[in-house]
Amino acid sequence: MKNKIGLPVGVLLILAWCLLPVAWIISLSFKSQTAITNGSPGFFPASGDGAGWQNYADVLANDQFRRAIINSIGISLIATTLSVLIATLAAYAIARLEFRGKKLVLTMALVIAMFPVVSLVGPLFDLWRAVGLYDTWPGLIIPYLSFTLPLAIWTLSAFFREIPWEMEQAAQVDGATSWQAFRRVIVPLAAPGVFTAAILTFFFAWNDFVFGISLTSTEAARPIPASLSFFVGSDPFNRPASLLAAGAVISTIPIVIIILLFQRKIVAGLTSGAVKG
Amino acid sequence: MAAIDMKNIVKKYGDGFPAVNDVSIDVQDGEFMILVGPSGCGKSTLLRMIVGLEDITDGDMMIGDKRVNDLAPRDRNLAMVFQNYALYPHLTVYENIAFPLRLAKAPDSEVDEKVRAASATLELDEHLERKPGNLSGGQRQRVAMGRAIVRDADAFLFDEPLSNLDAKLRGQMRSEIARLQKRLGITTVYVTHDQTEAMTLGDRVAVLKRGVLQQLATPRELYENPGNLFVAGFIGSPPMNFLPATVEGTSVQLPFGSVEIPADKAAKVEGRGLLIAGVRPGDFEDAAVADKQGGSTFHATVDRVEWLGNEAYAYVPFEAPDEVRDQLTQLEKDLDGDSLRTQLVVGLDGSSRVAAGDEAEIWMNTDKLHLFDPATGENLTVDREHAGRLEERALTTV
Repeated sequence: MKNKIGLPVGVLLILAWCLLPVAWIISLSFKSQTAITNGSPGFFPASGDGAGWQNYADVLANDQFRRAIINSIGISLIATTLSVLIATLAAYAIARLEFRGKKLVLTMALVIAMFPVVSLVGPLFDLWRAVGLYDTWPGLIIPYLSFTLPLAIWTLSAFFREIPWEMEQAAQVDGATSWQAFRRVIVPLAAPGVFTAAILTFFFAWNDFVFGISLTSTEAARPIPASLSFFVGSDPFNRPASLLAAGAVISTIPIVIIILLFQRKIVAGLTSGAVKG
Repeated sequence: MAAIDMKNIVKKYGDGFPAVNDVSIDVQDGEFMILVGPSGCGKSTLLRMIVGLEDITDGDMMIGDKRVNDLAPRDRNLAMVFQNYALYPHLTVYENIAFPLRLAKAPDSEVDEKVRAASATLELDEHLERKPGNLSGGQRQRVAMGRAIVRDADAFLFDEPLSNLDAKLRGQMRSEIARLQKRLGITTVYVTHDQTEAMTLGDRVAVLKRGVLQQLATPRELYENPGNLFVAGFIGSPPMNFLPATVEGTSVQLPFGSVEIPADKAAKVEGRGLLIAGVRPGDFEDAAVADKQGGSTFHATVDRVEWLGNEAYAYVPFEAPDEVRDQLTQLEKDLDGDSLRTQLVVGLDGSSRVAAGDEAEIWMNTDKLHLFDPATGENLTVDREHAGRLEERALTTV
């Protein structure tokens, strides 16, 4: 009995803890600017304080924010695609081939993943300005790749190792080239791993603030998190909190969509039935 | 369809260990060839060299008239059934079977026709839209075979295809494979460690030990004329009994007394001293129920009797001299067994009344007695006319 009550209560507590800030931001985004300035502590807007969808309309009407959304989506998607593509090939090689320095490659990958992001910002800033990557999409995609690849490679090589060699050999005997065996048999089987890696990469790129604010200077490449911090409105001493909240909510939506799309693909036990036992 | 000719095939791994050592086997067009031996004898490696999944260190692999040593698996046009089936779990049964055809870019109509034909042969029609994960072991096995027969392959290769099935299903699938092979008349190489499968399926059987071919012969020849101790001990269930023996004239001195053997056999082993005699359990009988002519009888105290209804096995322990015991211990090791105490297994008719503890009179068919050299394991009394191909090299490496 204790367990049956304990579990839902625990789940509710954790949910409340995690979702409270989100709920609060949503609440803020529906309040008018004056209500926030005057102090309006209620969760639901008091009468006359509500702004309806006005904040959202204002944010979306803002050219700066629209450009930021496009930048974020574009940069994150390109970084994710490239990262997953490269990581899939690299992880396959690591799982299947015996080569000198394999351990070294894996260890180095981990080391890179642990490298403090902030410590790279200074050197990258100088380097990017020198080579002309400053304030461009590739200027952000490249650092995102280097930080997400290690994790993606580790995740995927674990998945590849789970796939029996025989699957591939059977495909080759059936008349497939190595590439065909990889694409038609191995990749579909590793799909859960591919999507896991994709989600992790997309998260990193979408949520990044440090690179986003340091390596950009205009709307040409500035992503949402950085853009929101430049959202000062007309009065620099009175930041438009409700507009910011609306912007934050909008920037969360793609993440939710991506999760819902990819989650279906992450089905554990896809390999069951491939081989006996 | 094609013959497969292995000429002096050698496989050495990185450490120089020869997993397959100078093996030559000619598989005729349409023949069912079995590669059999205990684990680690190189039979699977040999099969994988035929299909191209292992490199060949030395020798020639001929399929038809073509040397295929350097061809990729996909260019050898062979179909293989793996031990664990290796079905593609993300594809339906239909697409699993169709996979080789899809790779060959066959038109949809042809794919459909061939897949339906294969599934009808294997009785998979009602499962075509299911995924392998939802199938039973036997069904998966049939899908794996479907994937093989859907192509016009030159030969079938089986790598212990039945070892994952339970005993009853194994028997069914065994006859299924035999039936299919006879009907399609396709060259087949089949790897197994199970001597029953080897005996029941094969047109010819190649017995391997530690990478060396021991004997290549029909199942009957192997059973009746094993070339050495290893083959004798491997083929047949329960296995052949090995006893210390000394021959004087035509009488053989065994631990239980002496028996008379035919003069031609005696001549082959004259003056050889201590030998190992091999007799199959089925070549004994309770003298009280035996109506057989010839042979010899002896008396022995039965330690234990297993009565199975239509037959019974009596166990008679004996002491072996060290010389023989070492050889028998080594043999047990080669056969993947544990060295138990030396005992004689006597096959009796179900009507026999011999019970544990009895002093029984036992008849022995001395025509079927084999005598082996204890040093080399060579069968000195082998009938070379009816022993298939004996590897002389194997005789000295026991």
